[in-house]
Amino acid sequence: MTKTITDVICPFCGTLCDDIEVTVSDDGKKLLEVANACVIGTEKFLHSQSTDRVTKPRIRQEDGSWKTISYEEAADYTAKALAKAKKPLMYGWSSTNCEAQSVGNEIAEIAKACCDNTAAVCHGTTLIAVQDIGLPTCTLGEIKNRADRIIFWGCNPAHAHPRHMSRYSIFPRGFFTGKGQMSRKMIVVDPRCTDTARMADVHLQVEQGRDYELLNALRVAFKGEWLPDVVAGIPAEKIREAADLMKSGRFGIIFFGMGVTQSLSKNHNIDIAIAVTKDLNEYTKFSIMPMRGHYNVTGSGEVFAWQFGFPYSVDLTRGFARYNPGDSSSIDLLKRGEVDMMFTIGSDPGAHFPISAVRAIAKVDSVCIDPHITPTSGVSKLHVPVAFNGVECGGNCYRMDNVPIDCRKVVEPPEGMMTDLDFLTMVCTRLKKLKGAA
Amino acid sequence: MDTVTITMKNAPALYLEADTISPDAFAGKSAAQIAELPVFEGNNPSTLGKYFEVTGNAGATAADTRIVVKGDVKRVKYIGFRMTAGEIVIEGSADQYVGGWMKGGKITVRGNVDAFAATAMKGGEMVIEGNAGNYLGAAYRGDWRGMSGGKILVKGNAGSDVGMYMLGGEIVINGNCDVHVMTHAEGGRVIIRGNAASKLGGQMVEGDIYVFGSIDVMMPGFKPVDEVELTVDGTKAKFAHFIGDTGERHKKKKGVVVYGNLYKKI
Ligand code: SF4
Repeated sequence: MTKTITDVICPFCGTLCDDIEVTVSDDGKKLLEVANACVIGTEKFLHSQSTDRVTKPRIRQEDGSWKTISYEEAADYTAKALAKAKKPLMYGWSSTNCEAQSVGNEIAEIAKACCDNTAAVCHGTTLIAVQDIGLPTCTLGEIKNRADRIIFWGCNPAHAHPRHMSRYSIFPRGFFTGKGQMSRKMIVVDPRCTDTARMADVHLQVEQGRDYELLNALRVAFKGEWLPDVVAGIPAEKIREAADLMKSGRFGIIFFGMGVTQSLSKNHNIDIAIAVTKDLNEYTKFSIMPMRGHYNVTGSGEVFAWQFGFPYSVDLTRGFARYNPGDSSSIDLLKRGEVDMMFTIGSDPGAHFPISAVRAIAKVDSVCIDPHITPTSGVSKLHVPVAFNGVECGGNCYRMDNVPIDCRKVVEPPEGMMTDLDFLTMVCTRLKKLKGAA
Repeated sequence: MDTVTITMKNAPALYLEADTISPDAFAGKSAAQIAELPVFEGNNPSTLGKYFEVTGNAGATAADTRIVVKGDVKRVKYIGFRMTAGEIVIEGSADQYVGGWMKGGKITVRGNVDAFAATAMKGGEMVIEGNAGNYLGAAYRGDWRGMSGGKILVKGNAGSDVGMYMLGGEIVINGNCDVHVMTHAEGGRVIIRGNAASKLGGQMVEGDIYVFGSIDVMMPGFKPVDEVELTVDGTKAKFAHFIGDTGERHKKKKGVVVYGNLYKKI
């Protein structure tokens, strides 16, 4: 006999779908089938069932080979390395739950560490812009029920957030959007002709790195001021038409992704996109929302902000929280040789950081807490495998629109395997003893 | 004026936060007392004397104190932090936040400075003989008050985000300048004698930008108005005059809308 569990949360992308159905074996030890999730979400669930998982912590030996150790020994090593370091960096947090993040912050405070999440390489620039000029935003539910002007700027949900359009932004028939896709106009701004762009009513094929100019041109067009003939590769006429299309809606939303947050101008792109949103509110109702990637990167920002006052790149080395990406951000810290210990959890900087930063990780004491074998675990001195959060243990997560949703446990982890929260709590207790903070 | 010379002898393994290297912190102290001033290497509290050899006593006040920094201080942050008077000469290159929040006095750097130099500077003078990094004379992260007074001269090139949120004062860059100049500025002026990249004056409310060389891409929010003959930084020339950012909010003075100005040498 098998059991089917309904209303399961998908712990993969920031869409955090909450309608997944999972079939498990009668003893709750095997996950057999996944329904309703997209391909990547399904893969995430099924991956937990692979037979070649590392189930015990491993430490790197002198000769480069791994030696299996106990969780106790791993916690000892981690606590000692953190206690000894002058400037440890605790990075990741986006693929674990808020409970674990909070214990991590306690550790960071005792160790006087720098702590950062994966926003550092995706929407950190958004957070800078939000601090600079604010954020008129809403929830995905409001978009489903009200939005009739949908703008995707520098993002490709068809591939990165596969169910976003069907659940919230384009296809659903909502309270005031009864005709689904027919009730909405879709504008895509992307230098490439992506699968999302192919679906759009209007595709503004902006020149690479000129989003800031195009957004500025929209603001100028709203005010009816002079524009040059062509901006960012797009004729002024087309820009004015797009501006009118935005103004004419009843409720609009700008979704944006890493095409604007990590290209030339970075935070300024978002800063001016928020200004565009603000301008549009003089004519109609408009909101803006980042397409957050990892399923709980938003939660990490929430927990950091709640406990330290800043959403990422927090430097606690002087005993109080400081925040200045460029100085306190992970890649800069690593590239400049500012840190002497690297602690990674729920993320893979080995795969996403520039090679010079990855080399810096290899040079210092390093711990990687991750269920998978990753490029980061490959360069780390200690690899601590843990249960899959959202599959083998529950916990709180935040959807991209800042709505908290509790993930569910659907299957048992392999025998003896710890969760992020259990392991971090062990490290925290040991660190308190070492630092006399108990 | 009394001179204190500090020479790097034990370089830090990581980076040093030495916000005590300023005439204000040194004033009235002997060399031995200066060596006891606190600095931080990561989370590790230490003293200036552990890293630097200190010779000479400081003057009675900041204004009477001159500091000469010798040796490799490329890994030292916050030199001249919040100084109000006196003088600092850095013989080589320094790291981030040189002259951050300074109010008066003079800093001369013979080499380069990294990012965030003259953050939220209020007054005084800074001369950088080499290049400056990003965010020169800008606001601190999250703040809306950039440089509001004083003068900065960069003899080499400057990075991106020069004068972000600038309110007043003057920055002269003899070389070239990277993207984003005076973004969100509400006053002050930036003179670029070399070439500028793009995104000059985006979201600018008020202030003046002068460019002697080329501009790769103009912001669409800058509208050409006329040509003017001006004397800028001692040079008389003809400039094309643009006003903007026309997409941004602007104040009215005596019933007339006040825009930011961009002058490009013809
Ligand atoms: S869209 Fe995202 S949250 Fe939804 S099933 Fe796919 S990966 Fe999971």
